Amino acid sequence: MAKLFSHIGRYSILLGQVFTRPARAREYRRLIVDELDKIGLQSLGIVALLSFFMGAVVTIQTAANIDSGWIPKWTIGFTTRQTMILEFSSTIVCLILSGKVGGNISSEIGTMRITEQIDAMDVMGVNSASVLILPKIIAAIFIFPFMVVGSMFLGIVAGAIVGTSQGVVSLTDYTYGVQYYFEPYQVSYTLIKTLVFAFIITSISAYHGYYTKGGAREVGQSSTKAVVYSMVLILLSNYIITQLLLL
Amino acid sequence: MIEVKNISKSFDGNQVLKDITTELWPGTVNFIIGRSGSGKSVLTKCIVGLNEVDQGEIFFDGRNFTKLNKWDRRLIRQEMGMLFQGAALFDSMSVEENVMYPLRMFSNLSKVERQKRVDECLERVNLAGKNKLFPSEISGGMQKRTGIARAIAMNPKYLFCDEPNSGLDPQTAILIDNLIKEITKEYNITTVVVSHDMPSVMEIGDHINFIYEGKLWWRGDRSTILTSENKEVSEFVFPSAFMQEIRDALREGHR
Ligand SMILES: Nc1ncnc2c1ncn2[C@@H]1O[C@H](COP(=O)(O)OP(=O)(O)OP(=O)(O)O)[C@@H](O)[C@H]1O
Ligand SMILES: [Mg+2]
Repeated sequence: MAKLFSHIGRYSILLGQVFTRPARAREYRRLIVDELDKIGLQSLGIVALLSFFMGAVVTIQTAANIDSGWIPKWTIGFTTRQTMILEFSSTIVCLILSGKVGGNISSEIGTMRITEQIDAMDVMGVNSASVLILPKIIAAIFIFPFMVVGSMFLGIVAGAIVGTSQGVVSLTDYTYGVQYYFEPYQVSYTLIKTLVFAFIITSISAYHGYYTKGGAREVGQSSTKAVVYSMVLILLSNYIITQLLLL
Repeated sequence: MIEVKNISKSFDGNQVLKDITTELWPGTVNFIIGRSGSGKSVLTKCIVGLNEVDQGEIFFDGRNFTKLNKWDRRLIRQEMGMLFQGAALFDSMSVEENVMYPLRMFSNLSKVERQKRVDECLERVNLAGKNKLFPSEISGGMQKRTGIARAIAMNPKYLFCDEPNSGLDPQTAILIDNLIKEITKEYNITTVVVSHDMPSVMEIGDHINFIYEGKLWWRGDRSTILTSENKEVSEFVFPSAFMQEIRDALREGHR
């Protein structure tokens, strides 16, 4: 318990540093563009792959479960849409990204810490916390929503492709289901979650990297911790936000 | 001038620095020497504030650095240049970008002027033309030299070099020593060099601080270190039986 509080304390102090007296704006612009590439573009492949197959699988599973005849076929499209929008494209995609992006951030910053690169910045008078972490947070908060929306589309389209080509549902029924009782509020709910997750992944991972001590082994440990803590916090905040926004 | 007053530092109960007091003078090369593990790097890191001291205070030209908060320290730090024992280059940046980094962060130079300054600094450490290489593509000695170029890029008032010439061949080592001496005199820098390399102490050392087991054991200069009667100093300067014979012969000669 004491350890948890000391983590929270140090995390808050670090965030304080990240958001105070930043360096020059033009430096940040450059760094953010870099991070958009590392955090965003380089994750597009995995997100697309996941979303496509998830949409396809949800479609097939729903079809297999409503064989009974008196449940309308459009339920398939409806279920795929709801799954993608409400849970998969935000929570599951972000859980996966916490492994990829989070692990990456923490080992990058951790290596800079143990090779004294962060000390070198500090001695120059650079606000190392801010220069290293702020661009990552901003880039993630900016790019994650686009990835999530893309994931929704791709999953729903994948359902249509697989569903019709397997003959389990007609395109008309599927499309009807996808449009049935659509609430834009649910997309807002998912985007709000995504912003929170993006912040969790980048800041928690950066935190674990920034306070790494020791050598290569500790860098590895930090990045494991970064991923585990991010995931737990994503699940926890998912629950809290859902209760607040959907109940 | 940097004044170090009564500083002590422990790590988990292991006291590494014990009540060290010394002055480091501008326009001179101040050496911190001592055996491996005696606390030289820790002392340097305490002076620049990378390690918080447990006790004592450090003054940079009268400004109490220890009492300042993080933000005000940054202003003094912009007057510092530091070469780390392991060079600590930014490994995602090329040699040129490393040297450029402090300029980009703090100077008001135009792009062309910055480039000119970078080339100048690289020239001084004999690395002209290596601009585009990455730290992983150059030798340890070249990394050290890049580190020096980065440390002097902003014309620091205080320059810290942790073992600037370890891992360099003797000729490059002398070149680096002389570079440090030159810029120290030229710009009246307060230079602190950590080393256990006696040739470079004899070459450029104006003031010498000998650290032994975390204490400031002895202070002096080039002329007094060779004749010091202090047992630990003498053993450090003349480590082998052969060297001790030379020392004794020298002393005989003096009498
Ligand atoms: N971050 C740290 N945590 C715990 N102990 C440390 C830390 N840094 C240094 N020490 C200890 O402090 C002592 C002095 O280390 P320091 O690096 O200052 O030696 P040094 O004089 O620079 O040696 P060398 O010439 O080999 O570089 C060592 O015993 C080391 O174990
Ligand atoms: Mg050392």
